[in-house]
Amino acid sequence: MNADTMNADTVIEAKGLTKTYGEAVAVDHISFTVGRGEIFGLLGPNGAGKTTTILMLLGLTEISSGEVSVLGFNPAREPLSVKRRVGYMPDAVGFYDGLTAAENLRYTARLIGFDRSEREKRIADALDRVGLGDVAQKRVRTFSRGMRQRLGLAEILMKGAQIAILDEPTTGLDPHATSELLAIIRGFKAEGVSVLLSSHLLDRVQSVCDRVALFNGGRIALMGTVPELGREVLGAGYVVDIEADGAGLAERLTLIPGVSGVERTGIGKLRLHADRDVRPEAAVEVVAMQGRLKYLGVQEPSLDAIYTRYFATKAEEAANAKEGARHAA
Amino acid sequence: MRREGSAFAGLGVVMLKELSDHLSGIRMIVLEWLIVLMALGVVYTGIQQIREVSAEDPFLFLRLFTRAGEGLPSFVSVLSFLVPLVAIGIGFDLVNSERNQRTLSRILAQPIYRDALLFGKFLAALLTMTIILVALWLMVIGLGILTLGLPPGVEEVARAGAMLLVTIFYAGVWVALALLFSIIFRSAATAALAALGLWLFLTILWPLLSPYIAALFVSDTVSTPSDLLSHLSVLQAFARVSPGALFGEIVGVLLDPTVRSTQQPLLASLGLALVQPGSIPGAPLPLMQSLEVVWPQTVAMIASAILLFVIGYVIFQRQEVRA
Repeated sequence: MNADTMNADTVIEAKGLTKTYGEAVAVDHISFTVGRGEIFGLLGPNGAGKTTTILMLLGLTEISSGEVSVLGFNPAREPLSVKRRVGYMPDAVGFYDGLTAAENLRYTARLIGFDRSEREKRIADALDRVGLGDVAQKRVRTFSRGMRQRLGLAEILMKGAQIAILDEPTTGLDPHATSELLAIIRGFKAEGVSVLLSSHLLDRVQSVCDRVALFNGGRIALMGTVPELGREVLGAGYVVDIEADGAGLAERLTLIPGVSGVERTGIGKLRLHADRDVRPEAAVEVVAMQGRLKYLGVQEPSLDAIYTRYFATKAEEAANAKEGARHAA
Repeated sequence: MRREGSAFAGLGVVMLKELSDHLSGIRMIVLEWLIVLMALGVVYTGIQQIREVSAEDPFLFLRLFTRAGEGLPSFVSVLSFLVPLVAIGIGFDLVNSERNQRTLSRILAQPIYRDALLFGKFLAALLTMTIILVALWLMVIGLGILTLGLPPGVEEVARAGAMLLVTIFYAGVWVALALLFSIIFRSAATAALAALGLWLFLTILWPLLSPYIAALFVSDTVSTPSDLLSHLSVLQAFARVSPGALFGEIVGVLLDPTVRSTQQPLLASLGLALVQPGSIPGAPLPLMQSLEVVWPQTVAMIASAILLFVIGYVIFQRQEVRA
């Protein structure tokens, strides 16, 4: 596989990627692609195979079977070409405590092979971008967890990477630090850098990911955009909440095309189930009845809900299958 | 399947960074003072002895390294004992500290191979040892010139230089061992303890134990001189498991031109003298012949350093990067 045969907009392509440790299967025939400038989330519980997948993409662990191409390079055979173009921030990234932030980046820059003048400019720019310009000459020993994570992102910026691979970037951060970090990650996307990030914290990550893959037991259980997954798992798509007065409003709303049901959730509160977003029509109806509209909102499917529902269903199916087997016997 | 690029890309960068860590670290300062103070102390007391005893010694300068003061060890024994300690002090956390600081996977995600990281660390540690040993060696020579009031001869400098080189190889064995332990043990404390334990065993217990073990392999009756020599060979073979014994044999020959065989000191301790056909007992050997005598031991020492490094290298290549 080389750059010519790959789609120009695909930066990572994995086909049937598998990693086994003896008998144990850590990653089981997974396939996915990441496009240029896309933020792709690998989500799932700890031990689901996310980090192993990432290490295989970087050529840091051997691939048992399957194919993978990163920017047209094979990580197993051309690891240096891959690692020159891909930035990686490991889970709980570490730096040399005795060195300053700038010295830590300088060491990495030397390993990459930047020459002196370019090195210093890139380091200063990167530290400014992540808001660590003021503490560039402070030893990393004094840094908080959030500052270390930002320094990790600065390293990727300095490298000028085309792909940023971030393993659990927000774990262990307070909400404020998390927001700052996610803002920097969105900044990557704005510059056309593709981002592959892994996390077990679903709802924080939902807000930045274009597409996600839900991992379970070394396999990709679900993949797609969050609304797509919502429809697939949670069923007929949209739930619209309305708070308004007006007699007979519920009956009027039932007549809107696409609405499959209306239920009362409180005094003056209604919930519509529909196969599309019916907010505009619902607003028109309320106004037409001269009702007073206090609230109108559509529920975004949440990854948490999707995840919980999906694995609950799986567990049920497994239990049923067992039951069936017992009856058959 | 051939890998792209050089295995040594980034080697120089890693080595310089490690070297600057070693030279600026507090740990290094402590170790340096330890070895410098002890070594210069015994040399100084040795000099007092040399002044009283020897007037007509053609190799007076070499006595600086081998002569001990009253009840004190010689400079060479101090090196034999302390070089491993300093090497372990430098090497016991080379690799596991990268894991514990969680820097290993980040560094290996840069465009370098693991080879460069490991080899750079080994070279930097060995270079640090070399700097310490060369400085110490120069200090001893300087002290000798000042206190004895005469310059060393060419052959004395050559022999002392060969001794320095052998000491660096000796340090290489222990650096490689410490590096190996830092790869095997994830905890730096465990690695240090294991390496120090092995060091104490090999330098203190093994010299006491090895004659008993050797005795199991030789007959008790010694009737001919060749019986005795083969008996001594077995004894030496077991003693040489300790790198300190190899080091002692080599420097014993290098620093005393009258020693014609590594078995000579053992024979002397039994009250016997080694007489080789065609040689005058007590006459000094030329430098080249002394080197020939200890060549096998020197090669064995270099080989064991390389072997230990290779074992560590193979284990490191097979280890998973993730913590």
